[in-house]
Amino acid sequence: MSTTTVAHHDEHADHPTGIMRWLTTTNHKDIGTMYLTFALIMFLVGGSMILAIRAELFQPGLQLMNPDFFNQLIGVHALVMIFAALMPAATGFANWMIPLQIGAPDMALPRLNNWGFWLLPPAAILLTLPFTLALFGIGDGALATGWTFYPPLSVQGGIGVDFAIFSVHLLGISSVLGSINVIVTIFNMRAPGMTLMKMPMFVWGWLITAFLLIATIPVLAGAVTMLLTDRHFGTHFFDAAGGGDPILFQHLFWFFGHPEVYILLLPVWGFIPQILQTFSRKPMYGYKAQVYSFWGIGALSVIVWAHHFFTAGLPVPALLYFMYSTMAISLPLAVLFFCWIKTMWKGSMSFETPMLFTVGWVILFGIGGLTGLVLADVAADAQYHNSYFIVAHFHYTLFAGGIMGIMAGVYYWLPKMTGHMYNEKLGKTHFWLTAISFNLTFIPQFFLGLAGMPRRIPDYALQFAEFNMISTVSAFVLGLSQLLFVYIVITCVRGGKKASDQVWEGAQGLEWTLPSPPPYHSFTEQPVIK
Amino acid sequence: METHSGNHYYVPHGSLYPSVISAGLLMLASGFIFSVATDTNKDLAYLQTPGEWMMYIGTAIILVMTFKWLGAVVTESITGQYKKWEDKSFRIGMIVFICSEVAFFAAFFGALFYMRIISVPDLAAFDPLFTPYKDFLGTWPSIGPGGMVLGTEYVPPADFKPMHWSGLPLVNTILLLTSGATITWAHWGLIKNNRKQLIIGMALTVALGTAFLICQAAEYHEAYTEMGLTLGSGAYGATFFMLTGFHGFHVTLGTIMLIVILLRCMKGHFTPEHHFGFEGVAWYWHFVDVVWLGLFIFVYML
Repeated sequence: MSTTTVAHHDEHADHPTGIMRWLTTTNHKDIGTMYLTFALIMFLVGGSMILAIRAELFQPGLQLMNPDFFNQLIGVHALVMIFAALMPAATGFANWMIPLQIGAPDMALPRLNNWGFWLLPPAAILLTLPFTLALFGIGDGALATGWTFYPPLSVQGGIGVDFAIFSVHLLGISSVLGSINVIVTIFNMRAPGMTLMKMPMFVWGWLITAFLLIATIPVLAGAVTMLLTDRHFGTHFFDAAGGGDPILFQHLFWFFGHPEVYILLLPVWGFIPQILQTFSRKPMYGYKAQVYSFWGIGALSVIVWAHHFFTAGLPVPALLYFMYSTMAISLPLAVLFFCWIKTMWKGSMSFETPMLFTVGWVILFGIGGLTGLVLADVAADAQYHNSYFIVAHFHYTLFAGGIMGIMAGVYYWLPKMTGHMYNEKLGKTHFWLTAISFNLTFIPQFFLGLAGMPRRIPDYALQFAEFNMISTVSAFVLGLSQLLFVYIVITCVRGGKKASDQVWEGAQGLEWTLPSPPPYHSFTEQPVIK
Repeated sequence: METHSGNHYYVPHGSLYPSVISAGLLMLASGFIFSVATDTNKDLAYLQTPGEWMMYIGTAIILVMTFKWLGAVVTESITGQYKKWEDKSFRIGMIVFICSEVAFFAAFFGALFYMRIISVPDLAAFDPLFTPYKDFLGTWPSIGPGGMVLGTEYVPPADFKPMHWSGLPLVNTILLLTSGATITWAHWGLIKNNRKQLIIGMALTVALGTAFLICQAAEYHEAYTEMGLTLGSGAYGATFFMLTGFHGFHVTLGTIMLIVILLRCMKGHFTPEHHFGFEGVAWYWHFVDVVWLGLFIFVYML
């Protein structure tokens, strides 16, 4: 009896409108849209912070801000970009696409899903509130330790550190809830006949991501909790006087921090082969090899953390172990690169915007991966550690490998989500502006790092001036061209050429069998996969 | 392959609980920060009282909303919205949640092992010509070498007595292990539809959980008043109180959940076939039990 009434209810899609729709929603598409919108806003917030920093670095000497404010901006920029832009964007796609790709009626735990999103705005407020408070004379601004919270600096810092600690706690709860939801959805909600080895790569990428989040986010929560008790309750976890050790924090932080890199990248590694096969018009190469590589990378990522602090004074056997295990990750990653290239090989390729972003992604992420190999070498790392070389390296992995991958996904699925085609010409312009200015921003930073310019310092020696100037000008071009992206997305949401159900000629998968845009409740009756 | 075709998954109606709880958490967190802001900046002492009020209000919001949210879930459960398919979601979700809790405790166990095996012995192993801590031996339990890092004279810190395993901790181990047995006995009662056995078993479990908490409070009281063992007692004090404290917090939550389940049992909720709420709490209780065994071995005995 109750079953029929519920079914009847759902078909009417009687959800509230206005702000209440978004505050109360349990619909995976609404929640996905909120995640993606939030990510876009925070991407612009984090981007403006770094443009202020690049403006300061345009010339040697101090022009625009004092060093303390500079330190606050770099730390908050990183936290915003990682936790409030990249992760929510990936989670937004998880919400939108996992149910569509596995033929599920919704995410498995819809209210928890809503909570996962609504923890993010408070976390973003906590992260940025200290800036506002400082304007009113309360406290001395946000955390000035960089995003890594290293003690003893973070134990001595002002209320900005406390705000960041609790922000990380809320973000952590949100990630754990999101991961629980993804794992349950994938294990329990697949359409009949869709075995694990028939799942789209994006779903596989998210499954491994969710496992990594469950294993590592609580460790970060524990680490910042120890920091909090060291700051306020007199414990000595990171204080040698009490038998503790600041290096302990680095171990705990990077036990989370290294898998975090793969948490950001694995969902994107799921987009890439799907987009490549669509625009190469042939099935992806090496599906099984890619799935096993995901598992391999996921497993290796939790046992390599200490390569982030090779110079902290670890014993030599530990250095050797962490160097070799880090380098071992390049094996499954090379398998992935091989599969991506082989998917394009002899394909009937066309270069719409998502494909442009994806091909550009493969090349630029390749540079990020190869420069990582250099940093994994203990002897070489002693030279490059904390220089601009590493800044350039991780922007090749996280901007090119993360954000450009997300953008490929946006262009790929936006017609499906909105029912309209975006403006192809503007999309291509956006790609070329982004790709060129990105390289012009970060290639000079490789050279700056090799020449010995340290990161996180607002001033620098005169011989670094030219490269910094090029980097700053390009960074502004890069930042401003993202406004074009915002314009493209907004115009596409509001209207445009009607998108067909399949959208792309070569697109395969359950999400393309639904109308564009998909109905409010998709797959109330599950499809059967042969 | 089990087929779900024609089967309807229950997607609950929207509710304000999650977003209001998040607002409550924002209030609790920022209130806490304001209330302790004076620790790092004496000028901010005026924030203490408003901060405390924000904490109270935030906590109240969280409690009320959690109560209402779970109440809605209970209503949905007893009106038969959750069938086998939804039930399986809850089961997998609970298992994954407990895994994340294991990872949280692992961070603190990791800190304990790191301090015992690496940082404390390292601090004692410096060249005696150069270390300020000449007489520091680095044996466990350790309070650390002391605060005179840059001073010329080495002042050893005030000593403390470590908690011995054979007193209250052993009693607590017996209490928790017994409670694991009584909750299983209650579960058997539920499956056999023996409501009396179910309710007696649950009541015993609640009583044992409460007894554990009372013992732990007594243990902490003794540590602070008679043994000189506090949160500030170096490596040992920090790991001892944080590990047992977070465990105690989990036991408190577990006991509250057990009480709710007991009350629901007395109201006649749960059937032999359909009782995930009971099982989820039981799993959580067993998890808390296993963490205690780890604590008993690595914190108290070794």
